[in-house]
Amino acid sequence: MTDEPLLSVRDLEKHYPVRSGLLRRVTDHVKAVDGISFDVHAGEVVGLVGESGCGKSTAATTLLHLEEPTGGSVQFRGETVADQSRSERKAFRRNAQVVFQDPDSAFDPQATVGESIADPLATHGLRDEQRQREIVADVLERIGLSADDADRYPHEFSGGQKQRVALARALVLDPDLLVADEPVSALDVSIQADILSLLADLRDELDLGILLISHDLDVVRQICDRVAVMYLGEIVEMGPTEALFENPQHPYTEGLLAAIPDPDPRNRGGTVELRGDVPDPIDPPSGCSFHPRCPQVIPPEEYEFADGEYRALLDFRLALREDDIDTARHDTATALREAYEVPETLTDDDAEAILDGAIDDVLGGDRERALDRLGAFATPCERDNPALQSTSERQSAACLRHTR
Amino acid sequence: MSDPLLSVRDLRTEFDTDAGVVRAVDGASFDVEAGETVCLVGESGSGKTVACESITRLIPTDSGSITGGEVRFDGTDLTELSGSALTEYRGNRIAHVFQNPQGALDDVYTVGEQVVETVRAHRDLDRSAAREEAIDLLDRVGIPDAADRIDDYPHSFSGGMKQRVVLAIALAGDPDLLIADEPTTALDVTIQAQILRLLGEIQDERGMGLLFVTHDLGVVAEIADRVVVMYAGKVMETGEVYELFENPAHPYTRALLDCLPGHGQAFDTIDGTTPDPTDPPDGCRFHPRCDHAVEDCRAGEQPAFAPVGDDHDAACVLYGDDHQPPLSFPEKHDD
Repeated sequence: MTDEPLLSVRDLEKHYPVRSGLLRRVTDHVKAVDGISFDVHAGEVVGLVGESGCGKSTAATTLLHLEEPTGGSVQFRGETVADQSRSERKAFRRNAQVVFQDPDSAFDPQATVGESIADPLATHGLRDEQRQREIVADVLERIGLSADDADRYPHEFSGGQKQRVALARALVLDPDLLVADEPVSALDVSIQADILSLLADLRDELDLGILLISHDLDVVRQICDRVAVMYLGEIVEMGPTEALFENPQHPYTEGLLAAIPDPDPRNRGGTVELRGDVPDPIDPPSGCSFHPRCPQVIPPEEYEFADGEYRALLDFRLALREDDIDTARHDTATALREAYEVPETLTDDDAEAILDGAIDDVLGGDRERALDRLGAFATPCERDNPALQSTSERQSAACLRHTR
Repeated sequence: MSDPLLSVRDLRTEFDTDAGVVRAVDGASFDVEAGETVCLVGESGSGKTVACESITRLIPTDSGSITGGEVRFDGTDLTELSGSALTEYRGNRIAHVFQNPQGALDDVYTVGEQVVETVRAHRDLDRSAAREEAIDLLDRVGIPDAADRIDDYPHSFSGGMKQRVVLAIALAGDPDLLIADEPTTALDVTIQAQILRLLGEIQDERGMGLLFVTHDLGVVAEIADRVVVMYAGKVMETGEVYELFENPAHPYTRALLDCLPGHGQAFDTIDGTTPDPTDPPDGCRFHPRCDHAVEDCRAGEQPAFAPVGDDHDAACVLYGDDHQPPLSFPEKHDD
C-alpha cells in the first residue's frame, strides 16, 4: 500500500430533487448520499455496507461520475474527476471499472462472451482482432476460466461463471480501481466464496484497489481490509475490518452485527434487536439520524433512568409525535405503559411526574400538551448530528457517545 | 407417538419444459409436527420451493404435476383431494407466506380491505366484526397504530411492514400449518431479525406447525427444531437442528456448512455446479461434486436413508451396511 490513495472521496453528496404539483416544482430533496468521505488505496479492498436505502449504490455511481454528484469531490490518482477534460475522463473510465449484482443482465445474449469481453478494448481503440483475442484469452485464464470459453455464449455459463466473465470484462482494460456492487448477492452461498477469493487474488496479484459494496456483513468480513458502514446517506463508522467486527463503536454497527443470524443453533436470541424501520430519506430524523432506533440513545442529564427506561420513554414520545398512539386500544395508563414497555413507575420521581401528566393528557385527548411535557425528555442525539471522530488509531465513529 | 400434522412421503413433482422433463422433487419425504419448526434448506434448484408448493398444489398446472407420493395432512392425503376440496385447506388450515410481500398484496385495495376479505373468507363474521379482527391481527404482527393504518394502501408500507401484513393475512384463517418460503430473504437483516422473532412468538401462542424454506443456514440455526436438507430434488439429510449442525453426516450438508463464514477454511466452496435438472446423475445426486464418492455412489438410485443418530438420517452410502464412514464423520448408528 502506498501513501497516496488511489481514490479519495471527500464530502460526496448526491441529493435528488423531489418534484410535486402541477408545475413539478422541486419541493424537497432525497439526500441519498449526504457527505461521505473515504479513501481506497491500491492493493486494498474497502467495503461499503448498509441496509437497502442507505445510499451505498448511489455512492458508487456518483463517485464514478456515472451520475454527477451534487456536492463534494472525488480524486483519482490525485486528480479531481469533475475537472477532467474529455480525454482524461475517458482514461478515468478505463482505469475505474464496475461490476454489478446481476450477471444475467450484464451480457448481450447473442454475443459470445469473448466478443463481450473484447468490446471495451474496441471502445478504447484497440481494433486488432488477433491482439484482442490474445488479451481476452489471457484475462479469461486469469479469472479461472479457459481461453476456449471465449467462443461460448452467456447462457452456457452458470451464475458464478457468469460473474467471473463479468469480472473478466471489467479487468480487460487493466484498471487500477474496481467497484463491485453486490457482486455475490445473486449467487448461492456455495459459490459466493469462489468469487470473493478471486477478488482477493486480483487485489494481491494486480495491486487492484477494490470498493466492495454489499448489504451482507459476512461477505464484507471475508475479504475487506477496511469497512465503512452507511446509514441514511452518511458513514456512521469506519475502520479496519477485524476491529470493526470485534469492537464496533457505533450502536448501528453493533445492531447490524447482532442481527446476522448466528450459524450456531446453541447461540439463539439474546442479542440487541434494532426496532423499527429505516426512516424515510426524504424526511430523515433530526440530529443523529439513527436516534429513533438507537438502543444506546443518550438520556437527558437532568434525570436518572434505569436500563431500558429511557429508550421506552423515547419510543412512547416518538410514537406520540407521529400520532401513532391508539388510545381506543390502549385506553388506560397501565395499558399505554405496557404497550410501550414503560415501567409502571419510573425510577426518577421528577421524570415520573412529567410522564404521569403526559399520559393523562394523551388519554384526555390533548396530544399537544403531552408532547410539550415530554419535551423535557429530549435527547442530545436529536439535536446534534455527530461528525465522524476517531475512537482509536484507525477506527472512527459518528456517535455523540464518543464526543463527550 | 401420534401421527405428525404433516407427513410428506416419496413426493414426486415434475415439470414439462422445452428442455425435457424436470423432476423438481424426486421422492422427498419429511414430517412437520404440530408446534414444530422444520426448515427445508437447499440451494437454488434443490426443489425446496416446489416441494412446499406441492403440499397444497400451488404449482403451475399447465406444465407441472404431482406424479407420485402422498401428502398426509392431519390424516388426509391431500394429493387425492379434488381442487375444490383442497380449497378448504388452503388458507384455512394451511397458509403460505412467500418471499416477496409485494406480490402477495394488491396495490389498488387498502391493507384493511385485503385482511378483512381474508378474515371473512375463513370465518363467519359481519363486516365490522371482521374489521375489528383485522385490526387485532395487524396489531399482533406489529403494525404500529393498526386502527389507523388499516385504511392505508400497501405502497405506503415498507418492505418489512408489508411482510407483516402478509403474515396477518396468513394468520386470518388461524392455520394449523404455516408454510413460509424465504419470507425474510428480500428484507434487510435488522428487519429479518424482527420478523423471525415475531414468527417464533406467534407460533408459541398458536401452537402451529411451521415449514420454513430457506437457503440461509444462519436462519436455520436461529429458528429450526428440525432440518431437511435438499439437493437436486432429493432429501439428503434430516435431523434435529443441534445434531445436524454439530454432527452433519452427509458430505453435502458438511460442504454446505463449511461454506459458512467462521466454519471450514477461508473461502470454502463446493466445486462444480448443480446437475442439469433434466438429466441428473445416477446414484447419489451429489456424487460428481463429492470428495468422498466411492464406486457405489455412482450407479443406481439415490442411496436409502441410513440412521446416523437419534432422529437423524442421511441418504449416503457411507452410512449404509457395506461401508465405514471415513474418520471425522459421525459413527454409524444402529437403531
